[in-house]
Amino acid sequence: MTRKIRGAAIVALGASIALLASGCAGQGGSSSSSGSNGGDENTITWWHNSNTGEGKEFYDKVAADFEAANPGVTVQVSAMQHEDMLTKLDAAFQAGDAPDVFMERGGGELADHVEAGLLKDLSDSAADTISTIEPYMAGFQVEGRSYALPYSIGVVGFWYNKALFQQAGITQTPTTMDELYAVIDQLKAAGITPVSVGAGDKWPAAHYWYYNVIRECSQETLESAIANVDYSDPCFVKAGQNLEGLIAKEPFNAGFLTTQAQAGPTSASGLLATRKVAMELAGHWEPGVMQGLTEDERGLGEDTGWFPYPSFEGQQGDPEAQMGGGDAWAVSQDAPDIAVEFAQYLLSDEVQRRFAELDMGLPTNPTASQYVSDPALAELLDVRDNAPSIQLYLDTLFGTSVGGAMNDEIALLFAGQASPEDVVNAVQSAADAEQ
Amino acid sequence: MIDVADDVTAPAAASPATSTAVAEPVARASQARPAGSAPGGRRKTGAAAWRKRAEIAFFVAPALVLMFLFVILPILTAVQMSVYRWKGFGPMVDFVGLRNYVSVLNNNVFTDALTHNLIIVVGSILLQLPLGLAIALLLNRKMWGQGLLRTIIFVPYVLAEVIAGVVWFQLLQPQYGVIDTILASLGIQGPPQGFLGTPDLALWTVLVVLTWKYLGLAVILFLAGLQGVSEDLYEAAALDGASWWQVQRKITIPLLGPTMRTWGFLSMIGSLQLFDMVWILTGGGPANATTTMATFLVNEGTRRQNFGIAGAASVILFVVALVLALAYQYFILRRDTQPDDGRGARKKRKGADA
Repeated sequence: MTRKIRGAAIVALGASIALLASGCAGQGGSSSSSGSNGGDENTITWWHNSNTGEGKEFYDKVAADFEAANPGVTVQVSAMQHEDMLTKLDAAFQAGDAPDVFMERGGGELADHVEAGLLKDLSDSAADTISTIEPYMAGFQVEGRSYALPYSIGVVGFWYNKALFQQAGITQTPTTMDELYAVIDQLKAAGITPVSVGAGDKWPAAHYWYYNVIRECSQETLESAIANVDYSDPCFVKAGQNLEGLIAKEPFNAGFLTTQAQAGPTSASGLLATRKVAMELAGHWEPGVMQGLTEDERGLGEDTGWFPYPSFEGQQGDPEAQMGGGDAWAVSQDAPDIAVEFAQYLLSDEVQRRFAELDMGLPTNPTASQYVSDPALAELLDVRDNAPSIQLYLDTLFGTSVGGAMNDEIALLFAGQASPEDVVNAVQSAADAEQ
Repeated sequence: MIDVADDVTAPAAASPATSTAVAEPVARASQARPAGSAPGGRRKTGAAAWRKRAEIAFFVAPALVLMFLFVILPILTAVQMSVYRWKGFGPMVDFVGLRNYVSVLNNNVFTDALTHNLIIVVGSILLQLPLGLAIALLLNRKMWGQGLLRTIIFVPYVLAEVIAGVVWFQLLQPQYGVIDTILASLGIQGPPQGFLGTPDLALWTVLVVLTWKYLGLAVILFLAGLQGVSEDLYEAAALDGASWWQVQRKITIPLLGPTMRTWGFLSMIGSLQLFDMVWILTGGGPANATTTMATFLVNEGTRRQNFGIAGAASVILFVVALVLALAYQYFILRRDTQPDDGRGARKKRKGADA
């Protein structure tokens, strides 16, 4: 009996201590304003993902310059590896303790953050900056209000190995799907694996479907489908059928269903960088990724080439329309006003120019485009600047929940275990579940 | 000769019975002690008792607090999450009742994941038990290089699971991987999409890698169990002219029973929680051929931010593991954990009747 009472007393004691402790730690977003980041009006916390080499040095200098120009202001910089940063950001949002200036990728994720009241409305406070980067704002607005400033926007296209193309006797990059099929046949005939795709990570495979959608569906169809959550237009199924056509040509590297996107020499990017395949569908990050995957840190070097995604016969979409996305600086709801100034400074001519010169991304400030030195990236930038519209990656646009369901189903299509209709149904039912 | 088994089990069964018989008076004595000292002075014992309580509270509280913070609280949070639709930020307000559970249980990917878990539970026991037993019996013989061989068998288990996974991932690469290269030099063509890239082969490949990784644990446990088998029994069997095979079958394996059953329990729990190896080798792919409940919930939670769905899946995983563990305890482990009184008494009575 005494033992029982004592046991209960101990549990009660332990429980009450634990409750006190957890009460202090805080759970959920209720206590956000008391967080350490929101307290000081003159301290800006800034998280970014340029954690190596010149990029990191440059951003440290940017912070120092801003401090010098605004006496009394301190910028606390945290440079993190990209994936680490995303994990930490998720945790920070959950704890209601987000940094003042951080990266947003737009689309559904941004809309969710806006709905949860995490982001500052920048429409008025950063109006000047927004007007200079107007073409790229679409993915970063919710109901006409702007919540982040895109600083690097790229488009997805085929990166290819010029030497291997030459070896296979290919003189011109394809502009239509039929031409791409011919290129695939030529490469195969020369004993070269035509394309690598990291279907193990799903999104690289899903990019093919997105692009087919952008080609097959007109801009209006796509926009109204998203707005009305109705994907019954036949162009969505057509996109999947086109993809089945490409998969039937068997252009992909062996084992592509488990191939990773960027990790190591056996990843899709690794295979292109080590000259095992001739091309890969990827975004503007590809040269940087390939440089990191090769011993001499040069990637494909002189042999790096780029061409936009080909078009289909009788397609509804604009052949010049591109798919892409990028990174934007957002300011958290509780951040001091000076943080908005800082975010604008990051979009200024001088910062964007240096950003371009260091090949850290594709600057959105129109005065900075000319400073991108890499020839392949310059070609990509040219296509981007001439595109009538840049469609945000569909998974980003739809948000993680619908996007994840869609990507999983597209990966099944690559494995021959889902039909074009299944993909559309998966998108529809996941979107319905969100309502 | 047939009697050997009975002769062996009888003393084994008898010894716990005697030990409980000895333990009982001791327990009674310890219960009696506070009662005996009570008349000595109430205040003194009261203070001492409080001091003792405070002492216990002082030493136990930190562990309890940590346990509550890092085990119980997260479990409760998961249960709470599972009845909400929540994206991982902002307040949890969208109460959906049990709808998350319905959607998880109706999700083919989840039911497939559960099936994969069960295949791995059964498969790893079916593969590792005979293999582990055979290797343990072989390694239990006195021979040259015994220590070295034991070490080699145990090395995979010592390796971190993630490292083993990354190494196997590279070995199993189609076309450029070591295994495909070896097969090619033997004139055999590996599967065109690789062992991990072919949906029909992926789960079995994972199972083989898991066997490689965890066989060492089975062997080391069985070897430890074998140390507990008395030499006398072998000697007696040898005197009776038992062959090596008969000795193994009638003496060693029956006496290894408790060890094997405990190992089976560990193996089952490990298979139900399986995550790291699958995550690294296949990420649940290709075409969801290797998803497990754990990869499902991580995918739903951290990748798709459907924390409600992930919470429901984790509660289901918890219940499945709990039910299987309790069933295993009840049906299989009971004979090892239960005091042998009942059985011993029954046997004795049977003897008396005879």
